[in-house]
Amino acid sequence: MRYLHIENARLIDPSQNLDQVTDVYVAEGRIHAIGHKPASGGIEHSIDASGLLLVPGLIDLGAHLAEPGFTHKGSIASETRAACASGFTHVCALPDTKPVADSPAVIQLIQEKAAKAGFAKVLPLGALTQGLAGEQLASMFSLREAGCVALSNARAPFKDSYVLRRVMEYAATYDIPVFLNPDDAALSDGGCMHEGPTATRLGLTGIPQTAETIALAQMLLLVEQTGVRAHISQISCARSVRMLAQAREQGIRVSADTPLANLIYTDEAVTGYNSQFNVQPPLRSESDRQALLAAVNAGELAISSNHRPHEVAAKKAPFADAEPGMSIFDGFLPLALQLVERGELELSAFIRATSALPAQVLGQNQSLSEGNWFNAVLINPDAEQSFRRSTLLSKGRNSPVAGKTLKGAVNAVFIDGRKVFG
Amino acid sequence: MTTDPSQVQLTADGRLKHFLTTEGLSRELLTEILDTADSFISTQERDVKKVPLLRGKTVVNLFFENSTRTRSTFELAAKRLSADILNLDIAKSATAKGETLMDTLWNLEAMYSDMFVVRHADSGAAHFIAEHVTPNVAIINAGDGRHAHPTQAMLDMLTIRRHQGSIEGKIVAIVGDILHSRVARSQIHALRTLGAAEIRVIGPGTLLPRDIEALGCKAYYRMEDGLKDCDVIIMLRLQKERMQNALLPSEGEFFKLYGLTEEKLTYAKPDAIVMHPGPINRGVEIESNVADGPQSVILNQVSYGIAVRMAVMAMAMSGQQQERNELAEQNIEQNNEHNNEPDQEEA
Repeated sequence: MRYLHIENARLIDPSQNLDQVTDVYVAEGRIHAIGHKPASGGIEHSIDASGLLLVPGLIDLGAHLAEPGFTHKGSIASETRAACASGFTHVCALPDTKPVADSPAVIQLIQEKAAKAGFAKVLPLGALTQGLAGEQLASMFSLREAGCVALSNARAPFKDSYVLRRVMEYAATYDIPVFLNPDDAALSDGGCMHEGPTATRLGLTGIPQTAETIALAQMLLLVEQTGVRAHISQISCARSVRMLAQAREQGIRVSADTPLANLIYTDEAVTGYNSQFNVQPPLRSESDRQALLAAVNAGELAISSNHRPHEVAAKKAPFADAEPGMSIFDGFLPLALQLVERGELELSAFIRATSALPAQVLGQNQSLSEGNWFNAVLINPDAEQSFRRSTLLSKGRNSPVAGKTLKGAVNAVFIDGRKVFG
Repeated sequence: MTTDPSQVQLTADGRLKHFLTTEGLSRELLTEILDTADSFISTQERDVKKVPLLRGKTVVNLFFENSTRTRSTFELAAKRLSADILNLDIAKSATAKGETLMDTLWNLEAMYSDMFVVRHADSGAAHFIAEHVTPNVAIINAGDGRHAHPTQAMLDMLTIRRHQGSIEGKIVAIVGDILHSRVARSQIHALRTLGAAEIRVIGPGTLLPRDIEALGCKAYYRMEDGLKDCDVIIMLRLQKERMQNALLPSEGEFFKLYGLTEEKLTYAKPDAIVMHPGPINRGVEIESNVADGPQSVILNQVSYGIAVRMAVMAMAMSGQQQERNELAEQNIEQNNEHNNEPDQEEA
């Protein structure tokens, strides 16, 4: 047997409490040995990883890949490549494409495009309702059969609590996991940022925290009643963190994630009407941000990208008219490492929140342990990256790191033992 | 990157080159606007009302939202400064997307316009135009969404100064629909900078925006409490659609609680003045006896409006012109440097 030999890497895998400088031997796509040379076989290729981190490949629980339907904003190839630049090996693709990912044919198309691109693996999230209209159930069983890891309605609302209940009941019948974005459409209607002092000062319509927490309360009660396997996507409020903790205490099985942007920025970023910060869920207050960080550090909350690429024109408008979303894949890793450097986010918590926790949600095993598929990323935490609009890998021009120089870069990404990036 | 609105409107040496918001402007600058407006009031009382400050300049009134009154006062102000004025009423529906808005503006810029007076339904629209679309055209904000209506606020400041002597130390109450009011926001910033002792907002919880006190004012639900010892009462216009959006039960109940009557006026100081940005809904925000009464300065506000708009337009045009001249000089210098060192460039 011939091995890929990664030498002197600082292997960090919080799922096994590992943080040590060691050697890793990979053969036939799997980890063959850690720390000791296998008894037989030779080395095919060696990588000197001194000074580099070797961590489990990142798994994104929610990104907008823009294809099919919005290829002027991004393509599966461009966006999964940008995802690799921040160490993602797997990306859950939200179903709000055109056509909506509510039929096996669209799922197949997405899978084919992703396989052809050969960067991060795309895990499709099928639609929960037909056309995401929130009224009629999508063919959930067929979507699951076609390869959807879970089903979601993105941020599109359900017509009423009756539909939400039936969606959960039906999914529970076949043990299909559902991803739910808590948002009470009547309360968030017309809003474009967090309701608070900044929105009042700027004269922009706010989205109250209760738009999220009321929807979340309803979802948690129905999760309890139906027993569906549920994951709450993209929470933004401190109160939601507490509500989730209480639900778990009562024995409700529910996981959750928050977008990275909500860990970095607050509503004050909108001062000056910078449409870059028109995002959904909205950037909230400093106390919300602190509560989300605390939950991530405690290992209770996963981090998603909520990546959403846009062309220049989509953002070149007065704030409320700009399309919401941030193209964050290119800058995801260095922005997160900036939080680590500032002491706000523990490095191991970041890795757990982007690998072990999402893997658990999806029922996968992303641990770097002997016998497992080698899905991993080599990171140079000290390498500086200068981001220019013209050199961003995402097709989206709405990147928060454009024009910035930040520390931390991906050296290589491995999927099933194969180097796909770097 | 987008910068703070208050900085976008200033030249490097702190002069006005656009007028987007009263927020973040210094007391000196706000006072300069008021002093300049004061000097124009005397010219308005003459037979020949024109001054040549904007002669040869083209001003475009760009109203994406309808407003006959504000547009007319800007038109008169521009004419009295001897500018050429073009009025464009563009319904928002025609320019719902940013791209179309930008195309419209670039076309007008290509016609050598010097100043845009902009009213738009989106908060931040004037700021967006000044920063991203036509930075070399002076932008005067004639109202953007719920954000700001700085010329209205400044004419209100002028009214207070002329009728109460100064703004410093005064207690000012703003009454009614604060939630949707760009006027109130601009007034609060100006009042705070100019040294008002206390700024109060009075209205029901549904019409007071969340965290309004963070702007530096105090919120009251009852007229009796809010008007106590006030020197200035500013009544805001109530739009009829507020009833449909479940913000208020009825005009009648609003009038009962917040309509300014002679009785409620007695809560304030005896010499308090009553203001209203217009147009008035008699019997909704204010009783006719009060609107037409001795303490009302509502019509004075209208006539000061022209002087304030003349002042702001003249000051912004001068700042914009200064910046253009500096830019032109820099270009000449760069060209000269370039011409003097041709060998280096080639090597």
